[in-house]
Amino acid sequence: MSFAMEPYLALLLIGFLPSEAWRWLGIVLGRGLDENSEIILWVRAVATALIAGVVARIVLIPPGALAGVPLSVRLVALGGGFLAFLFIRRSAFAGVLAGEALLIAGALAFGT
Amino acid sequence: MPEPAFATSGTAAGAFLHGTRVALTSVFAFVIVFTYIGYGALCHDYGFSVGWAMLSTVLQWAGPAQVILVTGLGPGALVLETAIAVSLSSVRLLPIVVALLPMVRRENSRPWQLVIPAHFMAVSVWVEAMRHAPTLPREHRIPFCNGVGLTLLTLGTVFTAVGYYMQAALPALFGAAAMFITPISFLVSTARNARILLEKAALALGLLLAPVLAYAGVGFDLLWTGVIGGTLAYLLHRWQRHRQRSAKSSGPESSSTMP
Repeated sequence: MSFAMEPYLALLLIGFLPSEAWRWLGIVLGRGLDENSEIILWVRAVATALIAGVVARIVLIPPGALAGVPLSVRLVALGGGFLAFLFIRRSAFAGVLAGEALLIAGALAFGT
Repeated sequence: MPEPAFATSGTAAGAFLHGTRVALTSVFAFVIVFTYIGYGALCHDYGFSVGWAMLSTVLQWAGPAQVILVTGLGPGALVLETAIAVSLSSVRLLPIVVALLPMVRRENSRPWQLVIPAHFMAVSVWVEAMRHAPTLPREHRIPFCNGVGLTLLTLGTVFTAVGYYMQAALPALFGAAAMFITPISFLVSTARNARILLEKAALALGLLLAPVLAYAGVGFDLLWTGVIGGTLAYLLHRWQRHRQRSAKSSGPESSSTMP
C-alpha cells in the first residue's frame, strides 16, 4: 500500500465517480424535458419510491452501529416518528425528534 | 407551506441568500449536522485522516454512499464490489436531478453550467428546492438551489471535522442515532412534500417493495424499487386522473343515459 495516495485515489475512483455519474446522467437526461410533461411525473414518482426504498433499506438492513439496535426498536422509532409528524402540524422537525427520541429510549431500554 | 417571502423582485444574489436562509431554518440543517458528526466519528474509527473525511463529504455529498465507502475500504477491500455498492446506493440522485432540472433550468442554460448545481443535489436539497423553487421567478431558481446546496454542503463538511475530533467524547449510542436520522428525515420530509396521489402512492410502494425485493435477494433491489414502485404509482395517478375527467365530462344528464 502506498499510504499517502491510496485513500485519496480510492475516494476519487470508487467514492466520487460511481456516485457523481448519476448526477451527470441526470443533467443529460433532464435536458430536453418539459416541466409539465408526463415523463417528469413518472420520474418524480420513481425518485419518491427510491427515497422510500432507501428509508426501508437502512431501517431493515442497517449499516454499522445502527445494526446494534434491535429491529423492533428501529421499526417503532420509524413508525412513531411518522405518527408524530402527522399529528404535530405535519412538522418534519417533530417527526425527526420523536423518531430519534424513541430510538434512543428503545436502545437504552432493550439493549444494543 | 412555502411562504412567498421572496416574491418576483430581487437579484440572483438575493435568491442565493434566500436559499441560505431556507437551508439554515430547514429541518435538514439539524439533520446534516447530526449525520456528519456521526460520519466524521466513523471516519476516525476507521483510521482515515480528517482531510480525507472532509473531502469525501465535499466530493460525494451522499450520506449512505459515504458510509459504504468508509466501511468498505478496509484491508483486503473488494474494490469493484465497493464501487458497485456505492453506485447502487446513489441511484436516487439520477431521478432527483432529472425531476428538478426542467423546473429550474433557463432556456439558455448550458449543460456545464448545471454541473455545480447538480453536484449540490441530495435528497435534503431536492426536498427544499421542490418546495420553494416554484414560488420564485425562473431566473432565480438556480441561484436559490445553489444557496440551499452550498449552505448544507458547507455545514456537512465543517461538522465532518467536528465529529472527527469529537469521536472519543461521543456517547456509545451516537453512531446509531446519527445513522437513523437519514431514514426518519427522508421519510417525513418526503411525506410532507407528497401532496398528490402520485407521490403518496410512490412513497408507500417504495416502503413496501424495498424490503420484499431485498429479502428476496433480488439484485439491484433499490433500482427495481424505484422503477417498479414509481411506475405503479404513475399508473395509479393516470387512472385517478382518467376517472376524474370522465366524471367531469359526463354530467348528471349524460350519466342517466349510461347503461
